[in-house]
Amino acid sequence: MAKVTFREDWCKGCGLCVEACPKKILALSKTRLNSAGFYPAEMTDQEKCIGCAFCATMCPHVVITVEK
Amino acid sequence: MADKVLVKGNEALGEAAIKAGCRFFFGYPITPQTELSEYLAKRFPKVGGTFLQAESEVAAINMVLGAASAGARVMTSSSSPGISLKSEGISYIAGSDLPAVIVNIQRGGPGLGGIQPSQADYFQATKGGGHGDYRLIVLAPNSVQEIVSLTFDAFDLADLYRMPVMILGDGMLGQMMEPVEFPEHSDRVLPEKTWATDTTQGKRKKNIINSLYIKPDVLEKIVLERYERYAEVEAKEARAETYLTDDADIIITAYGATSRISRNAVDALRASGIKAGLLRPITLWPFPKAEYQRLAKTAKAFLTVEMSMGQMIEDVKLAIDCSRPVYFCGRTGGMIPTPGEIEAKAREIAASL
Amino acid sequence: MKTVFEHPKALSDVLMHYCPGCTHGIAHRLVAEVLDELGVCDNTIGVAPVGCAVFAYNYFECDMIEAAHGRAPAVATGVKRVHPNAVVFTYQGDGDLAAIGTAETVHAATRGENITVIFINNTNYGMTGGQMAPTTLPGQVTTTTPYGRDIKANGHPIRVCEMLATLSGTAYAERVALNNVKNVMAAKRAIKKAFEYQIAGKGFSIVELLSTCPTNWGLAPTDAMKWLEDNMLPYYPLGVYKDIGGDK
Repeated sequence: MAKVTFREDWCKGCGLCVEACPKKILALSKTRLNSAGFYPAEMTDQEKCIGCAFCATMCPHVVITVEK
Repeated sequence: MADKVLVKGNEALGEAAIKAGCRFFFGYPITPQTELSEYLAKRFPKVGGTFLQAESEVAAINMVLGAASAGARVMTSSSSPGISLKSEGISYIAGSDLPAVIVNIQRGGPGLGGIQPSQADYFQATKGGGHGDYRLIVLAPNSVQEIVSLTFDAFDLADLYRMPVMILGDGMLGQMMEPVEFPEHSDRVLPEKTWATDTTQGKRKKNIINSLYIKPDVLEKIVLERYERYAEVEAKEARAETYLTDDADIIITAYGATSRISRNAVDALRASGIKAGLLRPITLWPFPKAEYQRLAKTAKAFLTVEMSMGQMIEDVKLAIDCSRPVYFCGRTGGMIPTPGEIEAKAREIAASL
Repeated sequence: MKTVFEHPKALSDVLMHYCPGCTHGIAHRLVAEVLDELGVCDNTIGVAPVGCAVFAYNYFECDMIEAAHGRAPAVATGVKRVHPNAVVFTYQGDGDLAAIGTAETVHAATRGENITVIFINNTNYGMTGGQMAPTTLPGQVTTTTPYGRDIKANGHPIRVCEMLATLSGTAYAERVALNNVKNVMAAKRAIKKAFEYQIAGKGFSIVELLSTCPTNWGLAPTDAMKWLEDNMLPYYPLGVYKDIGGDK
């Protein structure tokens, strides 16, 4: 059981977290813009998250908090 | 007060810095200020000070910026070409509101120039040198004893107004030997350096030393605040010395080494019946305008004597708003004007009055 | 549930100005994590450069100084001489450290100045819009090498770690990369070691971080990572170039 939360307004939509996720359960939103005008990263399948924090490790703007 | 000792100007400056509590010196060798560096290299280890010979003047002045940021009393010294290199750092020190003492023992210029005494860095010292709106307090001693007292003042004024202070000397003063006495310490009460980047120790919010303000309205506000401080310096710290000026028709005006030569000329002129007097600015910035304005009411002409092509003369004219004629007598390139040359110029002026 | 990854305390709680996908943010976070783990943030003074990281003084919770272009090692020297027991670091890009500040860098190293240098190598001047840096690769197109860096005209890129490793005052020099999770973790270990060496008084330590500049390279952030792997890693091999080790 692991949980990933995003400080969404800080996300600049670079996609490095999406690339880093070994479970391929992150994606950039295709429909929502955050307050800065970026398509933010979002979790597509929280159940499959293993809490490895690879996403947070690669995030340049410290958007992601990981709990396990 | 201690007994009088016979010392060279450069060495007196070094000893005064130690007595004033300076324990950090970052420099780079250049004639004719090298004795000051060498003196501190020898003395600092004995008083727990740090002497560091940097890889360049550019590095030295930035080490000064670092040490000043960290809250230390710090000094560097150089001569004209080296001060040009330090000008970038001096602008940053001014823009970061840091106290530091910079010594310029001037030599002839421009370029590599020469190594003989000069006063051709007046513009550089008083009008900028580095980029941007900023000021240095510029102190111009004319004796070895005054080198000592102005070195004390330099550190105190730097701390009081959080700005760089320059001691502007020349090769003649640096090399000159005179008996001096050293006070033990300064009595001024100075503000605490609560702004220093000396680690938070978990007791306060972080401090930032910075000269970058991207938003123009913010930068303007910072500069305006700094200029309010400069206005206070101008109101309180301008200093000059006068000699036989009360009834003088001709005011000879000179600073540093040339003021000593000019004083001899004044005596010679007085002996031959010409009413000459001497006005010697001690602070070149702030320029002692009030003294000039006061004497412009009674004197008929001014004669500026400089070891340059005429730089301070512009401030003299500005100070009196050109209400009296201002003449110039000077030598440059490391040549020193003689009392005879000054006298001759003054006689010429006297004949035309 | 236990928090396994969060915003480090030594990193200020503000959004950094860096472009999307720029690895400066990762480098900042790693430095902050190390300051937290070593428990030294409140005894640290950092020096920011001129370049993209010019605002680094806003991003760390320790005391910070903004230096002139290239002068950070000289400023850090002044600070360290006044507070020898404080932790002092500089954070500098390739233009700042290896062009205009080469003298300050080399001499701080050869003096064995007991400071830590965090060096970002992204092969261009980012802040001014992507001009040639001393680290720009042969043939690399930048705004001032529009036909590619010509070695005959512009000379060769500088390999900073290799150069500084030759100096006796350098205690530790390692090149790492920020292109994937494994390398980012290795980068953090290197940064930690560099700070530990300083705390132990061993002398000058530098960590070179191969970084991306998606904006000026004209690549998507993920493609920039690939470009780093394909082009930078062969020219700038990762590894430890100097380590005086243990008890010295």
